[in-house]
Amino acid sequence: MRKLREVKNVVVSLIVFVLLWQILFITSDFNENLFPSPYMALQALVETVTKGVLFTNILTSLYRFLIGYLASIIVAVALGLVLGQLPGVFQYINPVVQLIRPISPTAWMPFIVLLFGIGDVPAIVIIFIAAFFPVLLSTVTAVRNINPVYLKVSQNFAISQPELTWKVILPAAFPQIASGIHLALGSAWIFLVAGEMVGAQSGLGYQIIDARNNIRADILLATIIVIGVIGIILDGLIKVIERRILAAWGGQV
Amino acid sequence: MYIEVQNACKKYIQDGAEFTALDNVSLDIEKGEFICLLGPSGCGKSTLLNAVAGFEKLNSGSIRIDGTEVSKPSIKNITIFQNYGLLPWRTVEKNVELGLETLKVPKEERHQIAAKYLELVGLMGYEKRFPHQLSGGQQQRVSIARGLAVNPDIIFMDEPFGALDAITRMKLQDDILKISRKAHKTIIFVTHDIEEAVFLADRIVVMMADPGRIKSIVKVPLMGHRDRTSADFLHVRDKIFELFNMKSDEYIEYVI
Ligand SMILES: Nc1ncnc2c1ncn2[C@@H]1O[C@H](COP(=O)(O)OP(=O)(O)OP(=O)(O)O)[C@@H](O)[C@H]1O
Ligand SMILES: [Mg+2]
Repeated sequence: MRKLREVKNVVVSLIVFVLLWQILFITSDFNENLFPSPYMALQALVETVTKGVLFTNILTSLYRFLIGYLASIIVAVALGLVLGQLPGVFQYINPVVQLIRPISPTAWMPFIVLLFGIGDVPAIVIIFIAAFFPVLLSTVTAVRNINPVYLKVSQNFAISQPELTWKVILPAAFPQIASGIHLALGSAWIFLVAGEMVGAQSGLGYQIIDARNNIRADILLATIIVIGVIGIILDGLIKVIERRILAAWGGQV
Repeated sequence: MYIEVQNACKKYIQDGAEFTALDNVSLDIEKGEFICLLGPSGCGKSTLLNAVAGFEKLNSGSIRIDGTEVSKPSIKNITIFQNYGLLPWRTVEKNVELGLETLKVPKEERHQIAAKYLELVGLMGYEKRFPHQLSGGQQQRVSIARGLAVNPDIIFMDEPFGALDAITRMKLQDDILKISRKAHKTIIFVTHDIEEAVFLADRIVVMMADPGRIKSIVKVPLMGHRDRTSADFLHVRDKIFELFNMKSDEYIEYVI
């Protein structure tokens, strides 16, 4: 019953959205090439699908996303697990982290393109940066917030490094780390598109630039919607993975 | 002596002022003894226990176990914590095996030992559960099984049954008494429940607060099975009550 109501909510919400769009389309006096109707966007979507470009661009984007995001998580969690246990070291690293963190990853873009040229690398690097700081900081915080009784028990049972990190600290900190990883997914996906708009000749971000260059607002809007839908799917996937791990580790789900 | 505490002093700084949690505490414990540390909140029971267990450093004085100065916790002396200290991401069985992994016991043998001690604490059939799927009393049993599994010389317990209801607590008191007799462990047990101390201890170390110190040490002359309603039991209990000035006239005066 609840599932049914959720589905109903989604359907109603989408219908209202499309209706508003249609009304805006009818009432506004933009050129229809610049502000297409929902139906035109749908046609454009079908066009990109049948031509095969959409599928290729999605795969390209997902490939870059996965590499950048996974690499970022692995490095950030590993570093966070170490730094979280070395507060003396972290206090020297933290100021630099705090300095870099508020800089939008897009600000790095020109620099990254200068260094690595156009292609996969800039998009991957920007995703890496986008996901890195939230995951690093949430891992450090998570490690520091571990219930001290787990550490006392580990000490008592003579669990030393590196087992201490794998057996106790990582699983104990995991719920909080997971929420950092989850949050980072959203921003990483956002910046993938930004990265591909500047630093690539393929992918969904590039498809937007390409549509703009050809003054194809219909394709542009269709691409935007595809990006949103993939974002939702990725979010759903990570939720499932997160829950699986928590369940395997005895968390109350 | 097996455990020797000599002139143990421990001070904390609280709001800028120095607070003496342990003031020249000396105590000798024999191997195989069941010792209860009894006293009101803040008298330094946990501080003393943690110092002997190696979790806390003294400001001065010394603690020796079997002739060796205590400097850090050891897998030979296991502490059972009030909030159980189970690792929630491990099943009951894996929790019990925790210390055996450190001791590099092969997997097969680990399972056997875990099964043996889970049976001892009455938890066969619960191997695959996670701690949050157990009651508080069951969790404390797992924690006891985990401690026993590494075959420690000493078991430290800091109000292990404090969070349990009266009936479960009595059941666990029975069990721990049986286990201690059977396995012949040295046990140091913190409590502020007088009956619990009388029921369990060979000797009760009565402590007082501010500064934390030992007021007296009461030998419990009860052997074998202890009956909470027997005259002997009540006599010992009354003696302890008196030490705390909580019986008869004085108690009434206190209320008025
Ligand atoms: N880490 C600490 N920092 C400052 N003061 C502390 C610390 N640990 C304990 N104390 C103080 O030392 C005194 C003794 O504490 P302790 O925990 O040993 O008491 P206790 O007898 O175990 O009491 P309870 O029955 O409430 O557990 C208390 O006054 C407490 O406030
Ligand atoms: Mg205490």
